[in-house]
Amino acid sequence: MRAFFIALVVLLATGPGTAGQQPARSPFEAATAPAARTRLDELVFARLKRLGLQPARPSSDAVFVRRVFLDVIGTLPTADEARAFIVDPSPTKRSALVDRLLEREEFADYWAMKWGDVLRVKSEFPINLWPNAVQAYHHWIRTSLRNNVPFDRFARELLTASGSNFRVPQVNFYRTVQSREPTSIAANVALVFMGTRAEAWPADRQAAMSAFFSQIGYKATGEWKEEIVFFDADKAASPAPTVPGSRVATLPDLTIVRLSPADDPREAFAAWLVSPKNAWFARAAVNRVWFWLMGRGIVHEADDIRPDNPPANPDLLAYLEREFQASRFDLKQVYRLILNSSTYQLSSIPARSSAEAEANFAHALVRPLDAEVLVDAVCQITGTTEQYSSAIPEPFTYIPPDQRSIALADGSIRSAFLETFGRPPRDTGLLSERNSRPSAFQRLYLLNSSDIQRKLQQGPKIQALIQARGDIRDVVTGLYLAILSRFPTEDELKTAASYAQSVGGNRRQAGQDLAWALVNSAEFRFRH
Amino acid sequence: MSITRRHLIRSGMLGAAGLLLAPRAGAGRAWAAAPAPQARAKSIIQVWLWGGPSHLDTFDPKPATGYDYCGPLDKPIPTNVDGIVIGELLPLLAKQADKYSLIRSMTHGINAHETAAYSVQTGRTPGGRLVYPGMGAVVSLLKGYSAGYIGLIPPYVVLTELQGRFSESGFLGPRYAPFATAGDPQQNPFVVQGVITPGISDQRQRDRRALLHQLDTLGTALKGQATLEAFAQGEDQAYELILGESGKVFDLSQEKDEVRERYGRNTFGQSCLAARRLVERGVPYITINFKGWDTHKQHFQAMRQRLPQLDKGLAGLLQDLSDRGLLDSTIVWCCGEFGRTPKVLWEPPWNGGRGHWGPVFSALVAGGGFKGGHVVGASDGKGEEVKDRPVYPADLIGSMYELLGLDPDTKLPNPEGLDVRLTPSGDERQGQGERLAEIM
Repeated sequence: MRAFFIALVVLLATGPGTAGQQPARSPFEAATAPAARTRLDELVFARLKRLGLQPARPSSDAVFVRRVFLDVIGTLPTADEARAFIVDPSPTKRSALVDRLLEREEFADYWAMKWGDVLRVKSEFPINLWPNAVQAYHHWIRTSLRNNVPFDRFARELLTASGSNFRVPQVNFYRTVQSREPTSIAANVALVFMGTRAEAWPADRQAAMSAFFSQIGYKATGEWKEEIVFFDADKAASPAPTVPGSRVATLPDLTIVRLSPADDPREAFAAWLVSPKNAWFARAAVNRVWFWLMGRGIVHEADDIRPDNPPANPDLLAYLEREFQASRFDLKQVYRLILNSSTYQLSSIPARSSAEAEANFAHALVRPLDAEVLVDAVCQITGTTEQYSSAIPEPFTYIPPDQRSIALADGSIRSAFLETFGRPPRDTGLLSERNSRPSAFQRLYLLNSSDIQRKLQQGPKIQALIQARGDIRDVVTGLYLAILSRFPTEDELKTAASYAQSVGGNRRQAGQDLAWALVNSAEFRFRH
Repeated sequence: MSITRRHLIRSGMLGAAGLLLAPRAGAGRAWAAAPAPQARAKSIIQVWLWGGPSHLDTFDPKPATGYDYCGPLDKPIPTNVDGIVIGELLPLLAKQADKYSLIRSMTHGINAHETAAYSVQTGRTPGGRLVYPGMGAVVSLLKGYSAGYIGLIPPYVVLTELQGRFSESGFLGPRYAPFATAGDPQQNPFVVQGVITPGISDQRQRDRRALLHQLDTLGTALKGQATLEAFAQGEDQAYELILGESGKVFDLSQEKDEVRERYGRNTFGQSCLAARRLVERGVPYITINFKGWDTHKQHFQAMRQRLPQLDKGLAGLLQDLSDRGLLDSTIVWCCGEFGRTPKVLWEPPWNGGRGHWGPVFSALVAGGGFKGGHVVGASDGKGEEVKDRPVYPADLIGSMYELLGLDPDTKLPNPEGLDVRLTPSGDERQGQGERLAEIM
């Protein structure tokens, strides 16, 4: 007992939250050794131990603040936010920051964007929701996430709603399926809420699930592009009932349900889907959230759950499922469990690099910022805006000049930047649509495009940083905090100062080139 | 000169009634019976008349239909090929009809821009489970880096803007998406996004690149990490384009004034010139997106402004490719997503406009193994329906794949793991799947 108490004290005293520590090896790592802090960590670290893998060191405060802002609200911390966090001496500042971020409006923006990818919120081809239905649908998704509506309710409403696509936004779920064949609808439901590819199922199982979606009707109204989605009892049920007056349908886990002809079979499906007895729903949801925050699913690919694609850490996945169910499908609770873990907070610099270490979360993963997050970050740093366009020839969609990219409702609204940096087309809802392969043309764009050049030369915020009072060291520090969310090291300060000298003390040019170099660094381009 | 179906029609040997019957011998063989592909074309230039050009005012004039259909453009002109007549605003193209063939029976029946554009560029009908890639992305996959293409200019270049109505790369993903140049080739310099930045000297480029390397603290801490290695390689390639020779392909000032003049001093004309320079560097697929054809109103004013640009640019391109011996190995195809309403909408609010028309439209094809001087198919007397030899987008695209030497049964990788072949067959196909045997 006494030994445990001492260990705890040591942990608290040297934990990653401690202020004033000197980075041991780089500005990216804390000086301490990694230690399990929560049940989640125990499960991860036990697995690492079994595999003989060493976890990375904890991340530094500077890495944490940047990472958690980017991951939770899709937004770079401002220089002030980064500085305030780094110098805050509170030992509980990390969990306090997590709580604050979960309540930010950008949380709703960013996660509505992520779910917009999965749900394919898009005006035009191939989804064809059209602009005012997109606005209604996006607003509903965003509000649900903002209010942390229990995820079972979120799913049930999407699956069972009936009404006008303008007035009952949830019905748009069924309008985002390119082909309105029951098989395609079932495959979409399986992808979104079960994290699995029904295309790979045996034909009879596909057909059985399709039966629940075989009586959805669609009808136009007098209003342009309005469409009513409803349960159409007159539509022939498929497969046809064997006993007249009764229907029997088989759920994906082979449970059989009996329906009367007046029952909307979608209700029976939704009830089964969100029931705690059914593991698919919670598993798919927590695995997705884990993938989004950690960069790799416990089941990988995160939306390809199937018996022959086992989770890297079954105990961890089961734990998260149980916690999610026990919390009554509270998504933010899952975020807290993950974000407050030592596992999430590890540095991205591996103790020893290997594919196994990566797959078992022995270190944080390096991954490029989402296209939307990146362009917002560049605009935030420079104090500029981005231009978006929509090819749709109608006036419903007004895009204000200070529109943030993560808050765009409509996948059909585009910009050259978003195209170049791999924003998903929202064609399929697959997570792999979001391109995470950095390309030479992305580099070309950031290194040398006139768009970026203009932002760096003319952006009011970047100009203010460059013209700030004080010596060149102050300017360098300001730029580092604004762009990389950390203080520069002594070496970096020297390098920057000597560059400034080499351009003859031309502070404007030196500042611009320094800002350019930081924006083009791997540290900026990647979440690490 | 071979006997085309058009001649047969004229001589009454074939009747319209027989047209919709299943595969015929002769002019259009069933796809499976096509000869083993032999690569004749190395590059494709797609001139995309974005918005849908009127077929009556370009390549399928109907002077007999009078003012209701022709408006003021009722005096089509003969070409240098006997019997081929085209729109009066295309006099330069009229002198080169021996270099190209016209398909006057293109059809898909779709009247909405995005689905029609999807159909014409993918050869697939919209709907269904998959979102197919456009032809450029497929060529980028099958003739690009994994097929021996080298060079820093990407294998699929768009001059100058993407269309923005559908994802060009479809299920093939962003790896095969086009590089859109942005900028305007008519301006000096042609500011190709990322390649050219006016106001930054080469010396400053080098100095700040050195600074970037000195400040690469994360890269140093993560040395050997695969993602960061790829990031560093991307930088090397980017600087090859910025400071090296590769980027000079976009420097149109290297061309003589007389050449630039011949293409027309406007964005479209200079895009055609840039496309020729890209073909010379071996780029397999180039799309020129030429805007301004969606002429619901003020149609004839727009034609008087647009068609001379099209005429000069396209004729300049064909002539130049031919003079340089490149036309034999370069396909040029030109059309939009559909045609336009043959009957002019004189009533308000259009006041002399033309609407969307998917039942029949025209396409021009040249080079790369396509014969010139022929007309494939025909529309009816008013240009409202296909009269003879319907040609679906898949037929045209499939023929071009064949000229590139691609096997129609090549499997295309897709995320659902479905069996998808280069050329559609069975239910997923419109029409009978007939290659353009008449002109190949």
